[in-house]
Amino acid sequence: MVSMSKIATGNGHGENSPYFDGWKAYEVNPFHAIDRPDGVIQMGLAENQLCFEFIKKWLMEHPEASLCTPEGVYKFKETALFQDYHGMPEFRQAVAKFMGKVRGDRVKFDPDRIVMSGGATGAHEMVAFCLADPGEALLVPTPYYPGFDRDLRWRTGIELVPVICESCNNFQITRNALEAAYEKAEEANLRVKGLLITNPSNPLGTIMDRGTLRSIVRFVNEKNIHLIGDEIYAATVFKDPDFVSISEVIDEVECNRDLIHIVYSLSKDMGFPGFRVGIVYSYNDAVVNCARKMSSYGLVSSQTQHLVATMLNDDDFVDNFIVESKEQLFKRHKYFTWSLSQVGIGSLRSNGGLFIWMDLRKVLKEMTFEGEMDLWRVIINEVKLNVSPGSSFHCQEPGWFRVCFANMEDSTLEVALSRIRTFILNNNDAIVPRKLCRRSSLKPSLSRSLSRRMDDFVSPTGITSPQSPLVRART
Amino acid sequence: MAIEIEKPSVGLSKVAVSDTHGEDSPYFAGWKAYDENPYNESSNPSGVIQMGLAENQVSFDLLEKYLEEHSEASSWGKGAPGFRENALFQDYHGLKSFRQAMANFMGQIRGGRAKFDPDRIVLTAGATAANELLTFILADPGDALLVPTPYYPGFDRDLRWRTGVKIVPIHCDSSNNFQVTPEAMETAYQCAESMNLKVRGILITNPSNPLGATIQRSVLEQILDFAVNKNIHLVSDEIYSGSTFSSSEFISIAEILENRSYRDSERVHIVYSLSKDLGLPGFRVGTIYSYNDKVVCTARRMSSFTLISSQTQHLLACMLSNKEFSENYIKTNRERLTKRYDMIIKGLKNAGIECLKGNAGLFCWMNLSPLLEEPTRESELELWKTILNEVRLNISPGSSCHCSGPGWFRVCFANISEQTLEIALERIHKFMEQRRRN
Repeated sequence: MVSMSKIATGNGHGENSPYFDGWKAYEVNPFHAIDRPDGVIQMGLAENQLCFEFIKKWLMEHPEASLCTPEGVYKFKETALFQDYHGMPEFRQAVAKFMGKVRGDRVKFDPDRIVMSGGATGAHEMVAFCLADPGEALLVPTPYYPGFDRDLRWRTGIELVPVICESCNNFQITRNALEAAYEKAEEANLRVKGLLITNPSNPLGTIMDRGTLRSIVRFVNEKNIHLIGDEIYAATVFKDPDFVSISEVIDEVECNRDLIHIVYSLSKDMGFPGFRVGIVYSYNDAVVNCARKMSSYGLVSSQTQHLVATMLNDDDFVDNFIVESKEQLFKRHKYFTWSLSQVGIGSLRSNGGLFIWMDLRKVLKEMTFEGEMDLWRVIINEVKLNVSPGSSFHCQEPGWFRVCFANMEDSTLEVALSRIRTFILNNNDAIVPRKLCRRSSLKPSLSRSLSRRMDDFVSPTGITSPQSPLVRART
Repeated sequence: MAIEIEKPSVGLSKVAVSDTHGEDSPYFAGWKAYDENPYNESSNPSGVIQMGLAENQVSFDLLEKYLEEHSEASSWGKGAPGFRENALFQDYHGLKSFRQAMANFMGQIRGGRAKFDPDRIVLTAGATAANELLTFILADPGDALLVPTPYYPGFDRDLRWRTGVKIVPIHCDSSNNFQVTPEAMETAYQCAESMNLKVRGILITNPSNPLGATIQRSVLEQILDFAVNKNIHLVSDEIYSGSTFSSSEFISIAEILENRSYRDSERVHIVYSLSKDLGLPGFRVGTIYSYNDKVVCTARRMSSFTLISSQTQHLLACMLSNKEFSENYIKTNRERLTKRYDMIIKGLKNAGIECLKGNAGLFCWMNLSPLLEEPTRESELELWKTILNEVRLNISPGSSCHCSGPGWFRVCFANISEQTLEIALERIHKFMEQRRRN
């Protein structure tokens, strides 16, 4: 038998995480309104599907954005031949402009610092290859996107050291937590090369305030380590307070700009995950140069560069899109969280992202990770929703779940909500109200609303009875 | 404005500061000279003609015609009903219709003598990514891959840079038309062993870049036997398979395997791309075809870092599933490349220059060793500079391809128009005449 490498035979691909188990359950029995009404509803996929009609309208009005139309085919040859890893100038200009607009034009981005990558997935790996050697470490605040375990570590050989964040202060990153993580790395003989933050946060859906960001910038400058800001959800901030980017903060505090790098993508903000538009934006010239060479392994298809350039260079479209997207996300988020609160389910107060960080601590039979996994299995197999358990995000406290809300139609969301209602109401006895942390910003506790009967609930569509089969939690 | 701190910058990784990216090689220096003074028929007729870029520009009209006739199918249909689904599709398995189309296309190129299973196709953003990805899977840092010389300069970066894997060359020379021999492979293997390097595989390019020639059946058998013997992998980079001058002359490793009833196939992996055959380097369409299930599974997972844009997958699925289009394209493309090849060989012969007998690819392997002052690499580079600065042609010196014998140059002929090729040949002719007089 001929052998493969250690990287190939190890588990670095990360697919053994429960984050993916739910996907498997979904794939085996996916919900479909007509064909499979009892199937699993996918709420574990952070996709933005709310603005496609808006985008399609633009596409119809701009056939020149496609190389396949009579209006666009004259550009076919030139585009098909373009493999320069600098990327098309008009593509870089369009993306730089878009990034600026998403930040309210409070900061300008230089198109020459924009480097392409194979989605944000490729961008993260590429930045890790540029900044750290095998065996070195990056600090990452918990809870964090499970994909980082693979993207930052698998082929790079880099270690991740968690910066523990807690619910009692809404999972904000504190200076103490950063110092503790740094020390822990030192004790383990790991050389820390950088700190990776995701802002807006996945899975929390929250944004970092200016004070926290400044504190972070000061921290990395003091330790002389890199700061990678994953801002792929920047345009999904749907209500105040405004999103503050690292790019703004470095103008406000003393900062060595060579430490600062931003990862971006169009997968979340525009809803184009299939197009693989990843961006690395670095303030460090050496990193830009190196990353650009590395981008050969994950260039954006020139066909897609052309489409994106045409679209994002249309100022009117972009301005309207940003507003429209915010509105749709705001509405969806508001309805979803309100509906959940009606059955006493709270979530972390958030104003961004494509998901909520749902608080099911009261529903756990035991306040342990085993308890969380048990509940999760019930949610998948009986409530038939694929949600993502907090432990898969390395959350240090059990009972939290990330639930996506922007990847489905209104009607599907209704089905999901009715299943949740049914589940909660059928488990009145099983749910133990717990004393909530004082400073929590969670919605009203479960205990009060449990006394309400099913009749009291009326959804906007007027449906009062649940559609899905009755569920019972295993107690 | 905040004050910027003057501090020694925090280090980047060793990978970042190394020069294994290879851009300091003369292969790229010529490109710079071209970029500074590019030939243009009307505006810059005395500029540098780019003959160092292996691109296929001879068949674009066929692609454009397809698009004009199938506009709606290839974009997202009238009213773009397919847009949403396409934009959301990020499954690393890749679009089934596209994999099917690729599998069929690869079979057609091989004249139907090999069949490909769409479920063994893994998609990557270009062959550049495919080669790197396979290396990550087949070898550990510090291990070695054997690669016959002369080879594509990009391998130095793609196989080694981020992977930490080493290349040990299998030396081939002009005495037998640069064919790989069992002795040369064994020598390379021993050389690796003596350096304490664990050999994990052998990577061949067939048709060869830069030789522009296909590997003979008997040699392929020997290479496969060698891989079996040493229990190592065999990667066959077949990205020029559709650019052979006649279908029957190209034998793919897939055919060799089929003849052996797929015995020993779990060590074999094929790299393919549409950058050369279809002339679409910008679209980043690469594939890995592996006969090893574990490699397919792992490669698929790794392809997350380098997926093909679903927009592009969709377009090409439509195009390549059109049998009429693909058959006509393969046939016409071959004819045109053959014509170009004949033209350049004849022109060079008239100038007194011989080339290796080629039958594939977008370039010819030109022998200028008689012109060298001394049979050394330095002399070759002197000659190359002269050709770049005086003849104003960017061609690739054999040393950048790790050719052991100096004096050979790769000259591309499919990335320029026929008229430009004529001009280039005239310049060469003049140059050779001047040298004869002196």
